[in-house]
Amino acid sequence: MKLFGSGHGACPGCGLPIAVKNVLEGVGPCFVANSTGCLEIISSQYGKSAWGVPYIHSVFENAAAVAAGIEVALKALRRTDEGPIVVFAGDGATADIGIGPLSGMFDRGHNVLYVCLDNEAYQNTGNQQSGLTPSGCYTTTTPAGKIMAGKQGQKKDMVAFALAHKLPYVATASVAFPRDIKRKAKRAIEFKGPKYIQIHSPCVTGWGLNGKQAIPVARLAVETGLYPLVEYENGELVRVKKVKERKPVEEYLKQQKRFRHLFKHPKGHEVVEELQKIADGNALKFGLDI
Amino acid sequence: MIRITPGAVSKPLESLKVKTGDWGAEYPVIEEEKCIGCGECEIFCPDLCIELIEAGMEKKGEKEKIIRVAKVNYEYCKGCGTCSVVCPAEAIKMELKDIYRGELK
Amino acid sequence: MKVVRGFYSVAYSVRLCRPDVICAYPITPQTEIVERLAEMYANGELGNCEYVTAESEFGAASILVGASATGARTFTATCSQGLILMSEVLWNASGMRLPIVLVNANRSLSAPLSIWNDHQDSMAMRDAGIIQVYAESNQEVHDMIPQAYKVAEDRRVMLPFMVCMDGYKLTHAYEPVDLLDQEIVDGFLPAYDPPVKLTTKKPLTFGSYATPDCYMEFRVAMHDAMDRARKVMDNVFQEWAEVSGRDWGGHISNGEEAETCVIAMGSLAGLVRNVVEELRKEGKSVSFIKLRTFRPFPAEELRKALTGASKVIVFERSLSLGSEPPVTLDVKSAIQKMGIDVYSVVVGLGGRDVPRELVKSTIQEVLEDRVKPGLHFKAKQFEEVIP
Ligand SMILES: Cc1ncc(C[n+]2csc(CCOP(=O)(O)OP(=O)(O)O)c2C)c(N)n1
Ligand code: SF4
Ligand code: SF4
Ligand SMILES: [Mg+2]
Repeated sequence: MKLFGSGHGACPGCGLPIAVKNVLEGVGPCFVANSTGCLEIISSQYGKSAWGVPYIHSVFENAAAVAAGIEVALKALRRTDEGPIVVFAGDGATADIGIGPLSGMFDRGHNVLYVCLDNEAYQNTGNQQSGLTPSGCYTTTTPAGKIMAGKQGQKKDMVAFALAHKLPYVATASVAFPRDIKRKAKRAIEFKGPKYIQIHSPCVTGWGLNGKQAIPVARLAVETGLYPLVEYENGELVRVKKVKERKPVEEYLKQQKRFRHLFKHPKGHEVVEELQKIADGNALKFGLDI
Repeated sequence: MIRITPGAVSKPLESLKVKTGDWGAEYPVIEEEKCIGCGECEIFCPDLCIELIEAGMEKKGEKEKIIRVAKVNYEYCKGCGTCSVVCPAEAIKMELKDIYRGELK
Repeated sequence: MKVVRGFYSVAYSVRLCRPDVICAYPITPQTEIVERLAEMYANGELGNCEYVTAESEFGAASILVGASATGARTFTATCSQGLILMSEVLWNASGMRLPIVLVNANRSLSAPLSIWNDHQDSMAMRDAGIIQVYAESNQEVHDMIPQAYKVAEDRRVMLPFMVCMDGYKLTHAYEPVDLLDQEIVDGFLPAYDPPVKLTTKKPLTFGSYATPDCYMEFRVAMHDAMDRARKVMDNVFQEWAEVSGRDWGGHISNGEEAETCVIAMGSLAGLVRNVVEELRKEGKSVSFIKLRTFRPFPAEELRKALTGASKVIVFERSLSLGSEPPVTLDVKSAIQKMGIDVYSVVVGLGGRDVPRELVKSTIQEVLEDRVKPGLHFKAKQFEEVIP
């Protein structure tokens, strides 16, 4: 049986199904717990489920805890051989509203692969800012106005959050590199305990792209150093995706409606410089440049 | 009279009933001669509607090799164009559906 | 018979029900229940059961949603702020038809903060699709837990079940309890065998969302399940009386017909019953009705019990601010057109003591027509001033 099927309701060109199908191919038949959000809405309408794996959606902020419940139940019922447990949760569900249950799940050490689908805002409700929205980004709750130039503050460092919980496996990935997603998912489940993979996934409507732009833009996020692809095993950085001739962040930003104001707004220049600094910092920290 | 399950539990893969093929304005056309059967488009297609199919055999020295080409299931293709941009052989072109051509006049 | 504290009688009974997953978060005065279960777990007395320390009540309820959907028998206990924090998940659990059993150690809600007993917390969950039974004594709580599982897991029902016990008044009270034997519980409560569960062998989708063309039917189906639960509960109560030798009555437990009937729930039942008996001895036509089941509400049983009555007094332990208290509303709706005057008497909020004298004088006032029907607060005179 297919693990995830056609006929789901994602916008044409959405990155989420690319992430999901490649994670599932990497881990094989498994249990899925999903938070409320775009993925849930496009895949779990009553009588029209796109899932070929046992799947549960409870509420917005509890997928990590629901997955923990599946794990302990399988243990108690002596059914651990049925397959691994995977969470798919949005960036909002992960970094904002569900961060408490996520920390609890990490802390208790449940054998769960937690996948954060990072489309950098609350897309299901129409593009409101989340803790993973990047600096300066336009969202409907961080609009660019006379005095504001989009989101204030930085993108939350959830990799550090995961590492602080001493997870055996922590990685970032991007839908621009699906084979890498598959490999990382497969690798992750070789570790016992909680695992965290954060996958950068363009939202065509929220980011202001057409379907054909989605993958190239996601690729640029990696090639500019803004979204470094890193992999930690037992706290050690074991792999990074190197970047040849790192591109300026402007190239990434200019293609997306959500950043366009930065090139007109009086404060925009400052923000772009700030973002470039973040990219340069990433390059230095992870040794991205070849 | 409708039938419902306790707790709204759904059966697997019933999304296949939903034919999303009429969503898009464009559709991909694969030039089989250019297709190198690498499977990039299949891996990327968000709607899981590209498959590599066998299109014959090829002699490579002593050995015979199966030739694979990408095939689109238009029942579900939303015409997003992702396949066309990721294809390393530039074998996929997006074309406007006939019904949309009229409107452009 | 052993003299034990309420929390122990709960933990002991839960253990006998052989749960697969227990998960809770401490909150006064429920804490000792989960502490006792944690001890049993630490001592290997819970068999294969997994005991999980959640990071919050919200997390605890969520963990049980995952566990219950996977086919596990689950237990949690909470109260007050904890129950309210769980509420989003509990509404979800009932909608998914998950037979989670929980004990609520009834406690008031903040603000002002209070750790003491009333029924406001469980009443706030009135419409959540959770069966609610209020126990009078620790023996009744002890006996109710196996019955709760049997009802909740019945395929005609499949809804969460909340056993309500008054915080401190029961949870911490020393009472003689006839602790059950494992064989009795094993004979009474079969292993949990859900009709559907999360399994890779048959990959179903739980927690689908419903469009307007079917959402309503799912909710009505839950209402029907609550309705079916009445009968299932009646049978389970009866069966329990047979196997345990203790008959707690049905959804209500009442005395003879009388002109004035007095309704109370939970630990207050003993005192009110006692006062009523005293007044009967004095020749007054008064009778006591203990309301055991609050959801599904036993309207039919109440109507029967109130045939021949002209007045009913409801002792309320919670409020519905801006309307009449919840039990009163349900009683009124059950007996409409029966021509019975309803006296709603709010007592004992936030742990305020309910003295025997207060109960007696309240009933006497009604018997002697010294008060009008309607809402009466047994609170002190007060005036609000700006600090
Ligand atoms: C408790 C609660 N608050 C708010 C919502 C509304 N809501 C549903 S999904 C969502 C945003 C989801 O964002 P994210 O987790 O990033 O997932 P995405 O849709 O972007 O993939 C919000 C705010 C809700 N369902 N529940
Ligand atoms: S709104 Fe964005 S994330 Fe949601 S389905 Fe559409 S493209 Fe995907
Ligand atoms: S256009 Fe989009 S949906 Fe259609 S086959 Fe290509 S990638 Fe798939
Ligand atoms: Mg998001």
